[in-house]
Amino acid sequence: MSAIPKHIENPYVLYMDGVSVSFDGFKALNSLSLVIAPGEMRAIIGPNGAGKTTMMDVITGKTKPDSGTILFTDTHQQEYDLTRFDEADVANLGVGRKFQKPSVIESLTVFENLEMSLKGGRGLWAALVHKLTPERAAKLDEILDMIDLSDKRDWMAGSLSHGQKQWLEIGMLLGQEPDLLLIDEPAAGMTDEETMKTAELFKRLAQKHSLVVVEHDMDFIEALDCKVTVLHEGHVLAEGSLATVKANQQVIEVYLGR
Amino acid sequence: MTRNDNMGPLTRLLMNDAQGRKLLMVLVALAVIIPFCNLVFPQDSFFHISTYTMTLLGKYLCYALLAIAVDLIWGYCGILSLGHGAFFALGGYAMGMYLMRQIGDRGVYGNAELPDFMVFLNWQELPWYWFGFDQFWFAMLMVLLAPGILAFVFGFLAFRSRVTGVYLSIITQAMTYALLLAFFRNDMGFGGNNGLTDFKDILGYSLQSDNTRAALFIASVLAVIIGYLISRFIVTSKLGRVLVAIRDAESRARFLGYRVEYYKLFVFVVSSMLAGVAGALYVPQVGIINPGEFAPINSIEIIIWVAVGGRGSLYGAVIGAVLVNYAKTYFTGAFAELWLFMLGGLFVLTTLWLPKGVVGLWAQIKEKQQIRKAGSAAANASAQGDVS
Ligand SMILES: Nc1ncnc2c1ncn2[C@@H]1O[C@H](COP(=O)(O)OP(=O)(O)O)[C@@H](O)[C@H]1O
Ligand SMILES: [Mg+2]
Repeated sequence: MSAIPKHIENPYVLYMDGVSVSFDGFKALNSLSLVIAPGEMRAIIGPNGAGKTTMMDVITGKTKPDSGTILFTDTHQQEYDLTRFDEADVANLGVGRKFQKPSVIESLTVFENLEMSLKGGRGLWAALVHKLTPERAAKLDEILDMIDLSDKRDWMAGSLSHGQKQWLEIGMLLGQEPDLLLIDEPAAGMTDEETMKTAELFKRLAQKHSLVVVEHDMDFIEALDCKVTVLHEGHVLAEGSLATVKANQQVIEVYLGR
Repeated sequence: MTRNDNMGPLTRLLMNDAQGRKLLMVLVALAVIIPFCNLVFPQDSFFHISTYTMTLLGKYLCYALLAIAVDLIWGYCGILSLGHGAFFALGGYAMGMYLMRQIGDRGVYGNAELPDFMVFLNWQELPWYWFGFDQFWFAMLMVLLAPGILAFVFGFLAFRSRVTGVYLSIITQAMTYALLLAFFRNDMGFGGNNGLTDFKDILGYSLQSDNTRAALFIASVLAVIIGYLISRFIVTSKLGRVLVAIRDAESRARFLGYRVEYYKLFVFVVSSMLAGVAGALYVPQVGIINPGEFAPINSIEIIIWVAVGGRGSLYGAVIGAVLVNYAKTYFTGAFAELWLFMLGGLFVLTTLWLPKGVVGLWAQIKEKQQIRKAGSAAANASAQGDVS
């Protein structure tokens, strides 16, 4: 493992350098480097199998990289080597993740899903004697409002539409109050209107959090209006504004052109 | 607010639990009526309940507690343990060891210190792991600790390495099978093949007396009530909702920052202790504990009780345990060789057509009735509308 570079001030929340992962010899990530600044929103695009989900797996401790550096800086300017932690640790350090396939607890209500996500109280005892304080209840109402599910708070999460489940999962991310949000294909299964609302929500979030959003929907990326990274075969192919990236000959060949 | 997080614990437990309240009322009624009818009415009275029946019901109650224990981990946390019979048996052995020591010098060989089987094996002194079992409190502690420690060690290793699903089920079967083989061995010092039996007293009271039997019955009712309330407390807390999250979407729970392995370990250990208590109450009522209780098939049967009653519903587990065991008592009397086939058939039937068990079926019927009622009410209303 390379030594942790020292910075006087950390101009990043996430710093990935030379990260490689292979599955049975197949390189899913090939010396991937990526830096996300505090408060930044970044869109990641790339063909299927480019390694976008795998990238989130290595950041969140689900998959251990074969080599490379992955550093995370929290709001207290504390720097962590994420490769040394597992999923629960990484989550508690302040990295939230939304899965590609919506993942909510179907047999609990919308409210209970969100309540479980609220920051803190992860220990056994805390969970056993947990009581919902008025402040936390207010926080939950706020999130319910933000994700437009106030009227469905007592619905079983399993009975929500696909798009609503996506929103609920985003709401659960907000409950965690993470510094960095990793969001895998949020617009999948959403109507055009929902997609645009999601883009609006993310733009609002970007002021307080850092966001990494993987998406295929070009209209959505356009609406996010942020820096774009194109991933291909586990490697960064291009980086820049959507317009520059779209004009890149290689990007057109491997991704946009098809 | 639809939930009752901010009420006293017992209120919270029973507020939204109509079925649980009914179950507890039935249990309390049983605890009063059965011993009363057994002790007060003479044998030839119509109201007399035989000691045999009372003991049989007491046995069902032990099974009910065991079913609650299994439902807690399988129904709520998705851990399909096929080795819970082992925890039940360990609790039973701890109680059995105490009961052996209670025999004192009244055994066949009249040795005040050593149980008969040890004298028979020519042992000169009590093995160290039998020390303390002459004390009731120590034995009761072991009823909790022996299953609890095994569950802790086993669970720690399995959950930390993220063994789940079928693999976990298989190793739990292997665990109980290994214990079966170990307890069969004479030199283990637990009576080998024959196990522990010929008990005389508990706390100085004769196990043959109806009073003692009645007390054991009442203790069994209390154990089911307490086991139910503990389990209910767990599943209605936020911890219980985390368990459901682990059952339905384990990785979601992890990425929310919950240490899945600790949660599983906690509920597994609690469950094993409940199973141990069930075993401890079972042994003085049936009068014997032998390695057969570790048989893998026993653990599978528990799963069937819970499935039949209704997985994920604590009172359903109780109903399932009583129903299936009542059927077992009846059918093993009538056509013994068919019982295993019937049990298998029952399991297939419930998994195919009754995923939520008897309790789920009941809820379905009630729902249909309500819809029909609502429907006919609507029809009436429209009929009246026509008239006016
Ligand atoms: N656990 C795994 N085992 C084997 N191969 C995997 C695993 N995870 C991902 N891959 C492979 O790595 C490549 C990248 O996958 P992924 O990160 O899911 O791509 P994307 O999200 O960009 O569509 C794919 O070819 C996929 O088949
Ligand atoms: Mg993907």
